[in-house]
Amino acid sequence: MFEVSALHNFGFPANSLDLLGNNEFQTINDDPIGHFHTPITTATSVLGLAFDNGVILAADTLGSYGSLARFKNISRVLKVNKNIILGVGGDYADFQYLKELVNGKMIGEECLEDNVPLKPASLHCWLTRVLYQRRSKVDPLWNNVLIAGVQNKTPYLGFIDKLGTAVKDTVIATGFGAHIAVPLLRNGVQKKPNMNKQEAEELIVKCMEVLYYRDARSFNKYELGIITPDEVQIKGPISIKANWDISQYVSGYE
Amino acid sequence: MSSIGTGYDLSASQFSPDGRVFQVEYAQKAVENSGTAIALRGKDGVVFAVEKLVTSKLYEPGTNKRIFTIDRHVGMAVAGLIADARQLAENARSEAASYRSQYGNPIPLKYLNDRVSMYIHAYTLYSAVRPFGSSLILGTYDPDDGPQMYMIDPSGVSYGYFGCAIGKAKQAAKTEIEKVKLGDLTCQELVKEAARVIYLVHDELKDKHFELELSWVGKHTDGLHVKVPKNVQEEAEKSAKAALEEESDSEEDI
Repeated sequence: MFEVSALHNFGFPANSLDLLGNNEFQTINDDPIGHFHTPITTATSVLGLAFDNGVILAADTLGSYGSLARFKNISRVLKVNKNIILGVGGDYADFQYLKELVNGKMIGEECLEDNVPLKPASLHCWLTRVLYQRRSKVDPLWNNVLIAGVQNKTPYLGFIDKLGTAVKDTVIATGFGAHIAVPLLRNGVQKKPNMNKQEAEELIVKCMEVLYYRDARSFNKYELGIITPDEVQIKGPISIKANWDISQYVSGYE
Repeated sequence: MSSIGTGYDLSASQFSPDGRVFQVEYAQKAVENSGTAIALRGKDGVVFAVEKLVTSKLYEPGTNKRIFTIDRHVGMAVAGLIADARQLAENARSEAASYRSQYGNPIPLKYLNDRVSMYIHAYTLYSAVRPFGSSLILGTYDPDDGPQMYMIDPSGVSYGYFGCAIGKAKQAAKTEIEKVKLGDLTCQELVKEAARVIYLVHDELKDKHFELELSWVGKHTDGLHVKVPKNVQEEAEKSAKAALEEESDSEEDI
């Protein structure tokens, strides 16, 4: 029949350049297995941090078209119910689909009128099934999802990637943030375990600023989602006052 | 009954010589054996009230509810076979969800009514199925178009109403509803009228125990269909009972 090349990586971008430097996406229609979607409008990192009685999420408002800053005011932190907020990165169209899917799920839940609101662990598991099914159809939803909430009075922070891999942690960042923000967040948590809401917010804001300087796909406007047992807050867009005066000292990367 | 023994009442797909479909008429009879359900359309919303007959003291309170939420903005009260009604609720919910996913807006009641009516009607056409033994009242509130309400019967016929009643005491209830100045009243006032009508038409001798179910959708609920709050429900039941006492007192005077 046909032979799948050893270099075949199913189009995932982490190693989408083959050894000759050819972009696989250009030849994807020749793929005998079939082609699938590639992200078009993308959004960068999402940060999540659990504090003493809640969780904070942060994501900027940029929708990138490759390296072009195409949409500057898109929201990707959303309230699901009084227990859950979501922050989503990756393909924005897939996020919009996911958002409607969750909305439909919530309507179904509300129709039951059982006064049992959906909990973050349940939605985390359910979204895992959705994303894993799609990856098993080799048509993944190209997103990283952070699920934040409060369950049994303890903070809940979960993560799912486009393959349906589920992770739970107190500090999570997706995309470039996994490289830049996670060390900063872990450092902050180590210095001050059991942060309160304000301290957590300050740390997250700091990370968003660092990411704005370091991540070329990031933006100086972002949103925060803060969830505690008493309140769900979507704050923003908040602007970063950047100072590029020191940029001249960065050299050696040209 | 004239239909029995003629052989024309065995199938929903056969007319009798005088142009009737007896299976559909039997289905309508099934609705008239059930507890009464009414809905009132006022100037700022729709109020639903159901006399849910409780046939055994061994049942838990609040089981077999007969008011459903179809979508966030649509309420439905039913009379007739409860299991049939649940299937129709499922169908209505999936139509509402499908409209939402296709058009990105909540389904207008007119369209939902059309779709559910067609579904019910389809079950009056074939010999392999029986018609639904339930009637439905659908209601919503829209900031632009105001309150709307439809009633569908087992034949699949539906009309828009200002006030309507289905079930056992529909005649008595209709007579009472006609006395109410529906177009002038707010939901707060209508909920008392609705409770009064249900208490009034309830037959203490034949059906001992019943639960009053009340729900509303209107301006004051932000267009969401919700159960009437406990305190309002208690207030409405109290005034309904008081009105009933008054009526029986005045009857004694004569």
